Amino acid sequence: MKTRRDVFQAIADPTRRTILSLVAVGAMTPGAIADNFDSKRQTISKHIQILTECELLTQEQSGREIRYHFNPSKMKEVNDYIEPFRKLWDNKFDKLEAVMKNHQSKS
Amino acid sequence: MELKTKVSGEEGSQQIIISREFDLPVKQLFKAYTEPELIEQWMDTKVLKLENKRHGSFQFETTDSKGNKHGFNGTIHDLVENQKITRTFEIECTNFPVQLEFIDFEEVTPDTSKLTMRIVFRATQDKDNMLNIPFEQGINKAYDRLQKICDKLLNI
Repeated sequence: MKTRRDVFQAIADPTRRTILSLVAVGAMTPGAIADNFDSKRQTISKHIQILTECELLTQEQSGREIRYHFNPSKMKEVNDYIEPFRKLWDNKFDKLEAVMKNHQSKS
Repeated sequence: MELKTKVSGEEGSQQIIISREFDLPVKQLFKAYTEPELIEQWMDTKVLKLENKRHGSFQFETTDSKGNKHGFNGTIHDLVENQKITRTFEIECTNFPVQLEFIDFEEVTPDTSKLTMRIVFRATQDKDNMLNIPFEQGINKAYDRLQKICDKLLNI
């Protein structure tokens, strides 16, 4: 059985994160993406394939060229996953700040 | 807008990193972690025991809205004033194995400071479970609300 790739697996790799930040600025051809790395083209092409499989990148055919676009709605899934936990700590820390400010002004 | 509290916990990694900048001198921030009466206020918990020293230990007890008591405990492995606390943290009576916490305190300016909390879990799965806790609480809250609305409707 072929394991389904998910967004989390995709962003776990530093090269893939770099690719995403490159493409997020503007659509790019596979060649232009590969030019930013010292790795072999095949390696980069494999990374692009993984990012496409989990829909973080979308393909667009223009003439003979393929260009890759960043798909921000898919990236949102990652944030949504951590967001409730982040919010929990954010509230706790807001409270910490308020408690300490109150404590400071008293002393 | 820049988020005040940042959390990273990538898939496949065994740790969560939480960081936050405070509008407080580092001394005050450290105090919030070492003075029982202050911990009680911001963490909404009772501090049963807290020994702020190497090889010291701590015990917290939190009572939830339904009156159930939840215990937390751990051992302090290292403590350097206004710099760091390294400790274990265990949530009692749950399936969560003990976790290791590296809490770093940094001065940014004389009036501001930064906290970085690195939580290391026994396994990746435990980290994922921890990230899912607030989700469950959210769901429970939604159910509670639904229950209240239903009760009201039935009374009419």
